[in-house]
Amino acid sequence: MAKKTRTAAKIDRSAASTLPLLDIRDLTVEFATRRGAVRAVQHVSLSVAKGETLAIVGESGSGKSVTSYAVMRILDRAGRIAQGSVMFSGLDLRGVPESEMRDLRGREMSMIFQSPRLALNPIRKVGRQIEDVLLQHSQVDSDAVGERAIETLEQVRIARPRERYHAYPFELSGGMCQRVVIALALACRPQLLIADEPTTGLDVTTQKAVMDLVVELTRERGMSTILITHDLGLAAAYCDRVVVMEKGLIVETASSATIFKRPSHQYTRKLMRATPRPGVSLRDLLPEGETARPKAAAKTPARKTKAGGTPLLVVEKLVKEYPRQGGARSLFKIFGPKPPKELETFRAVDGISFSIAHGESVGLVGESGCGKSTTSMMVMRLIDKSSGLIMFDGEDIGEIPARKFATLPFRKRIQMVFQDPTDSLNPRFTAVRAIADPLLQLGGISRREVRTRCEELATQVGLPLNLLDRFPHQLSGGQKARVGIARAIALKPDLVILDEPTAALDVSVQAVVLNLLQDLKDSLGMSYLFVSHDLNVVRLLCDRVIVMQTGQIVEQGPTKRVMDEPQADYTRDLLSAIPHPPL
Amino acid sequence: MSESDSIFRHARYVVAENPVTGMAFGLFILIALCALIGPYIVPYDPLASDTTATLHAPSWHHWFGTDQLGRDIFSRVIAATRLDFVIAITSVVLVFAMGGLAGISAGFFLGWTDRIVGRISDTIMAFPLFVLAMGIVAALGNTVTNIVIATAIINFPLYVRVARAEANVRREAGFVQAARLSGNGEFRILLAHILPNIMPIMMVQISLTMGYAILNAAGLSFIGLGVRPPTPEWGIMVAEGAANIISGEWWIALFPGAALMLAVFTFNLLGDGLRDLVDPQRRT
Repeated sequence: MAKKTRTAAKIDRSAASTLPLLDIRDLTVEFATRRGAVRAVQHVSLSVAKGETLAIVGESGSGKSVTSYAVMRILDRAGRIAQGSVMFSGLDLRGVPESEMRDLRGREMSMIFQSPRLALNPIRKVGRQIEDVLLQHSQVDSDAVGERAIETLEQVRIARPRERYHAYPFELSGGMCQRVVIALALACRPQLLIADEPTTGLDVTTQKAVMDLVVELTRERGMSTILITHDLGLAAAYCDRVVVMEKGLIVETASSATIFKRPSHQYTRKLMRATPRPGVSLRDLLPEGETARPKAAAKTPARKTKAGGTPLLVVEKLVKEYPRQGGARSLFKIFGPKPPKELETFRAVDGISFSIAHGESVGLVGESGCGKSTTSMMVMRLIDKSSGLIMFDGEDIGEIPARKFATLPFRKRIQMVFQDPTDSLNPRFTAVRAIADPLLQLGGISRREVRTRCEELATQVGLPLNLLDRFPHQLSGGQKARVGIARAIALKPDLVILDEPTAALDVSVQAVVLNLLQDLKDSLGMSYLFVSHDLNVVRLLCDRVIVMQTGQIVEQGPTKRVMDEPQADYTRDLLSAIPHPPL
Repeated sequence: MSESDSIFRHARYVVAENPVTGMAFGLFILIALCALIGPYIVPYDPLASDTTATLHAPSWHHWFGTDQLGRDIFSRVIAATRLDFVIAITSVVLVFAMGGLAGISAGFFLGWTDRIVGRISDTIMAFPLFVLAMGIVAALGNTVTNIVIATAIINFPLYVRVARAEANVRREAGFVQAARLSGNGEFRILLAHILPNIMPIMMVQISLTMGYAILNAAGLSFIGLGVRPPTPEWGIMVAEGAANIISGEWWIALFPGAALMLAVFTFNLLGDGLRDLVDPQRRT
């Protein structure tokens, strides 16, 4: 932990060594809204020592991000620090003028944001963006800055940094972009790094690589880190101490070893219970006392496995090809010699075969870009296949063009729950209109009955009836997910494709939604194709798992077998990348 | 707790939140009133000339003065509101229907629809727009209907571009896919799902082109196309008064000009308020 004295530094880095680096006392942040001031953070006190890694864990709306914005003083205009103090190396940040604050940000403390693509300027080369930071804080001379930028890229393990210096953000993968953001944040060697959900939206293997990198780099340099996350497992695996927040209050602070062994606060226990992990069942995720919900499974399924052994869905040698992007229309291509045919196309899905039995739930697992979404869209008949067979209940639906499929009776039998509940609801439709849409188009019931049917469905998915007339933006994430599920089951489909239905939800809401899906499956006798990248969630809900990589199936089999004795190397990689909390 | 009740409450909130919006709505109501009942409440007949009272400066009897034929300018300015207002509204409705629909179809279906609509609007944009409007009115004939058509045509590309861009970003949205799963055909998705979502931005466009349409109609009349004297119309009145400014009778051109300015100003301000009003995200 060699401390470097820097001439430009306004903060004396040596004198305050006994004090914590960051000391927040009694912090309260208020937001001015239509209905008066709302307190997003209340009386929060926490401190971060030099070289310490602290996690702030909480669900959406817990005030974890707001706390960090208050430290960086980047609250939006409606927000203000109402009370409390934020001491950084003995300096009260509340009293620092904005011009000096600008100097501190980036040089003394910096931040990694949730979405790496949004955090980078899309039309500026990544190397240039790093240079901007270095020059802004006058870290190096302008003639040496290029080399420093390349060096910084090298430190975040970007292969071929000299070439990548000239890359634009859109030319890099999500994981690469996050590395560049980390490089930006660490370029000036700050003392404090705040990482706000740095791995949300990244694949598990990428998440592991990014987190390992952050922890390694900050340890190397003796930096302090605050990791803001909703994932207790991630927090406990990578941090020294964990702070749990709920509704703007800190409910528990403990070392990460003890918080998993002896969680003292009820909310922490609830959060821990709701986190999917090996060795638990779906019902275990729900808080104590709620496990004894009316057993819908006891009822005989509405439609039993009919027609003996014929599976509901059979997919054979399914292929989807896309033309390669760019080049195809360039002058060179037009006038030059024609390249061989196979170079012009890209196989997103490369000859996969699987089947789903009546009443079975099958998990389709893989990382982004592996073709799992393309597969589900083809089965859903939203896009056309290139070749192969899609047999649904004995009929070849793959032959029907996607454009025509929407108005056919078959449409009723295959439905889908989308990944992002916000995006999948029309912002101008109320909840009841969203649920009624399939009923009115395909259900063949009169307008008068629709309302009653919608209310039945709302009750079935546990959506309070008084919320039916609200617009999507007036509903919470969990409520929107329920609306999406109610819409998908409105027509009593045989097959429902669940496209990461809980990816955008908090863990406690996820636990409830997963249980709801299981209950609905039991009572309605549907089959599920569950598309996900989260093996822990798939383990809970699915009978069988299909693992996909680069358009091909690398392994498929019963969930327990695949999880416990994975055959393919890729499956093993996926499993080992899941953060394991110290138990 | 009816729907209309909540819309009214929301309207009151939007107006109260932003005083500029409140003012714009106030002015709009004033203009609309003038257009509706103006001709019945004016003190003098806007067409009646009075040779004994030509070129009077503004006075208690003639608030805005009189012109070279002795007609009361105040009465003429008020009475002209209706014609200008009607031209603006009908041309905007027409262009919204044509350009809006063509634009969202282009953005949603892409392919040939997009190419055809795009090239049509490119062709229109290749002309200086006012000259194109002049040409259309000159070719089709000197009537109010043709002014409306000309104004609609020159605004067509603006609507196409906005609607196309907005529809295009929504064509792959989750709710559009969900609508397909619900059994909606492509045209239904376009009209029932995408169109309502781009209304807020179209509202701003409508309001801005309203001002532009009034200016365009007045401009055509000013150069002698379109509305013919002695019909009261702001553009003609400014043209008639322009000749008299040098000899010191400033009021003949000033007051219709000011009315024109106020109307355009109102419509431009109204845009933001209208967007807030039709955007459900702003309702809490």
